[in-house]
Order: sequence, then C-alpha cells, then structure tokens
Amino acid sequence: MKTIDLSNATVRDLNQALHDQVKQLEEREWVVTHPNGAHNLAVGVNEAVSVDIQGHAGYYCAGMNQKASITVHGNVGVGCAENMMSGYVRVKGSASQAAGATAHGGLLVIEGDAGARCGISMKGVDIVVGGSIGHMSCFMGQAGRLVVCGDAGDALGDSLYETRIYVKGTVESLGSDCIAKEMRAEHIEELQALLDRAGFNQKAADFKRYGSARQLYNFKVDNASAY
Amino acid sequence: MCGIVGLYLKNPALESQLGALFEPMLEAMTDRGPDSAGFAIYGDEVPDGWVKLTLQATTEDYDFKALVAALEGTLGAALDWFQNASAIVLKIKAGEATVRAALAELAPTIRIMSAGKSIEILKGMGLPKEISERFGLKNMQGSHIIGHTRMATESAVTMEGSHPFSTGADLCLVHNGSLSNHFRLRQELRREGINFDTENDTEVAAGYLAWRLQQGDSLKTALDSSLEALDGFFTFAIGTRNGFAVIRDPIACKPAILAETDDYVAMASEYQALSSLPGIENAKVWEPIPATMYIWERAPA
Repeated sequence: MKTIDLSNATVRDLNQALHDQVKQLEEREWVVTHPNGAHNLAVGVNEAVSVDIQGHAGYYCAGMNQKASITVHGNVGVGCAENMMSGYVRVKGSASQAAGATAHGGLLVIEGDAGARCGISMKGVDIVVGGSIGHMSCFMGQAGRLVVCGDAGDALGDSLYETRIYVKGTVESLGSDCIAKEMRAEHIEELQALLDRAGFNQKAADFKRYGSARQLYNFKVDNASAY
Repeated sequence: MCGIVGLYLKNPALESQLGALFEPMLEAMTDRGPDSAGFAIYGDEVPDGWVKLTLQATTEDYDFKALVAALEGTLGAALDWFQNASAIVLKIKAGEATVRAALAELAPTIRIMSAGKSIEILKGMGLPKEISERFGLKNMQGSHIIGHTRMATESAVTMEGSHPFSTGADLCLVHNGSLSNHFRLRQELRREGINFDTENDTEVAAGYLAWRLQQGDSLKTALDSSLEALDGFFTFAIGTRNGFAVIRDPIACKPAILAETDDYVAMASEYQALSSLPGIENAKVWEPIPATMYIWERAPA
C-alpha cells in the first residue's frame, strides 16, 4: 500500500504516480490523505488499482477512469467520474452537480445525494445513488442505468434516449419525452443486481421505471415545442 | 468565474479571530478570482444616532485628514475615524443622508463603499492575498464577514467594479455568475432614482435589491423577486446587519457549498475554501438547493 499525503505532495504528483502504473504496475493499493477538496484527484487512471481518498474531493474526481476502483471517504465536487470508461467509483458522502456526466461504462455509487444534472448525457455507465438527485438529471441520457433510492428533482430524463431510470421516491417532474414505464421481470432482475452490487439493502420491486417515449428521436415539426 | 466566501460566527468567543479564520478562506479562492478581491465585515457597531461609513479614495496619499476636518466644520457633529490603506472608516453622529450630501459637496471623487451601523466594505484590485494584507484582514474582529474574489467577465477590472456592493444600510451583495439583462434593468432602476457608478452587472443586482428594500420588501421577498427580475447565472451571498443569506438561481450553474458547526456557518464557492476552518471534518456540509434562500441571523441586540 502506498500513501500520498496531499499536504506535502501535489495533485500532479499523485496523478503522475497513478498514470505510471500503466507502464509498470508497482503498487495496487493507493491511499490519498489530506485531499482538502482539491480538484482533479485520481483523474485518467488506466490500470486496475484501488485508490482510497480519505476526505472531501473537489471537481472532476476520478474523471475518465478506466479499470480502477476509486473510493472517496467524503463529498465530491462537480463532475465526479465524468466520462468514466470502466471501473468503479464510490462516494461515501454526497456529490455536487454533473456526477457521472457523459460516462461510457463502469459503476458509480453515491451513498448520499447527488446535485443537479446527475448522469447528464450518460452513455453506458451505471449510476446508483443512495439519496436523492437534483434537477435535469439524466438529460439526453443515451445508455446505461440510473438508480435513485430517494427522490428526483425537476425535468428528470429530459430528451432521453435509451438510458433506463429507476426511482424509488417521488419525481418532481419528468422532462420532455420521458415517461413512466412498466416494471417487467427483466427490469426487476437487472435493478436488483445493480442494488446488490452497490451494496444497498433495497428491494427492486419498490422502484418505478422511467424511460424514453422515443417521440423526439427524429425531428417532426409537430413536436417543435417539446424541444 | 469568481469566488465567494462567507463566515458567520454562532459562538461569540470566536469574534476576535474572525479575520484570521476568514483570510485563508478568501485566499483559497484565488484561482477563481485573481484580479480583484474585497470583503464586508460586520462588528464594532456605532451607537444610536450615529452612522458608520467606509470611504475609499483612488490613491493611498489622499488627504483624508483634511477631508474629515472639513466635514467636522460643515456638520459640527461628533465623529471618530481611522484610515486603513486607501480607505477610512468614519463614525459620525449625524444622519446618513446629511453625511452623504456633505461628502458629495466636499469630496466628489471619494467613493462611499458602505453605510450603516456595523458594516465596513474594503475592496480593491489585486490578488486576494494583496487585498487581505493591504487592509490587515488577519487582525480584524467581528461577528460575520462575506468576501469575493473576482475574475471579471462583464465589465472592467477596477476598484469600483469589485465586490461587495452596498445595497443599503448594513446590506451588501457578492455575486458569482453573470447577468444578461443588466443593461435594461439599470435603465429602469435609474428611472426609479437608483444611482450607478459602473457598467457592472452585479451593481445592477445590488441596485435592484436596494430598490426593493426601499419599497418596503423584506430581504426574503426582495430576493424571491430577484429570481424573476434577474436573467442570468448567479450565486449570491448577502450580508445583513445580523447575519448573512445565500441564494442561487434556479438553474444553479454556479457552485456553492455550506458548512455548519456549533461555532459557525460558512459558505464558499468550493469546499477548498472551507478546509482551513476548525472542526470542518465533523461539520454538516451540504450544497444549497437552487432557488431557495438560506439565511442565518442572530437576534438583534
């Protein structure tokens, strides 16, 4: 196990050391102490290492992650795990806006709440939120699953493509072209698997499913006011 | 981009350390706002019948001593004052309007940064560190303080364009974001008799709040109506005589984070600015909900 103390080392030292593992894997377990809300922690990691960030992180934490397993023992700022390709990111606290934005793969678990625009333009990532999410979440979500154990804010799933959204609590309002859908056996099964992987003691049957009505895929003049 | 920070002490025992606790918060936001900085500090209230003003000159060698002597001669009122770099804090036993009229006559180039019982606004161009050192922030005492680090986008980098902006007696505003309807709104507010010194968008927001409060709105009503009247992005922190308030626009593109312990409530654009506070590890830390006003005030003395 290697510890990088950010009260002595810089963020660049940390990220460079993590990137160097791709050339030669020397250490699988990393601990980051005194993060104090610094931005860009553990960004662009491309090796199956584990990184434990012991405190609050700033913007873009674990962005562009591939293969790595990154845990933040605190809150994260804007854009946590943005554009993640694969791997696993777990936030023990809450996340600010745009968590998991544009992410293509992997699993992002937020134990607390996520702010506005959670999973905006997500392209295949799975996001599981233990608390509630803010407005405009999953805007233009293209693929992947977004699971919310609490409530969702305004305009959930606006202009949605094929992301599947599961919410246990209330939804303040649905965005354009997002509708409630039937929970079939395959949905219960995939949702239960996701909840179990995220380590949340929840029953899939308690959730509702939301998805795209697929009316805005191609421009029709009759729909102009919905865009 | 800009940075905003605020610190409100719940525990009066910390009042002697307000400046020392706040200085690292302001400086932590240097990346968000390196061109100017400022703060509004509350404390050292003047007695009834007195008013406290912060005046700022464009140069440090301005002859404030002569100005104060002339003011004393004109108004014949008891006064007390001290100089801090290019600014002075003037306490005078007279009405605010009387002092403003006398100052407009005697020293038209002097800017009145703030007026009230408690507030002092100090601001200028330069890195946050330069501003805090220029005005000796570290040794200041008080009950609460809000500050701003500026990266100008809408108007010129000048002392007048930096924040906080006064919005009335003991009230001030700092802003992160940009307003798109400030030109039209400024014209409308000028017709209502509100004066503007700059082309700055935040000054218009401050002028709007000042106008609403003059019309008899409570701070909450004024802020709620600002959500309708102001078009653009904003996170505001508002200093009041007894506390401070935070509000974000409904879209909430501009960040804000709040932290509360038994000793204080703190707000900042980013958590980094809170990380130096004592006991922050165990503080309740959360992101304010869009279009929702948060306010902390102690009971008036």
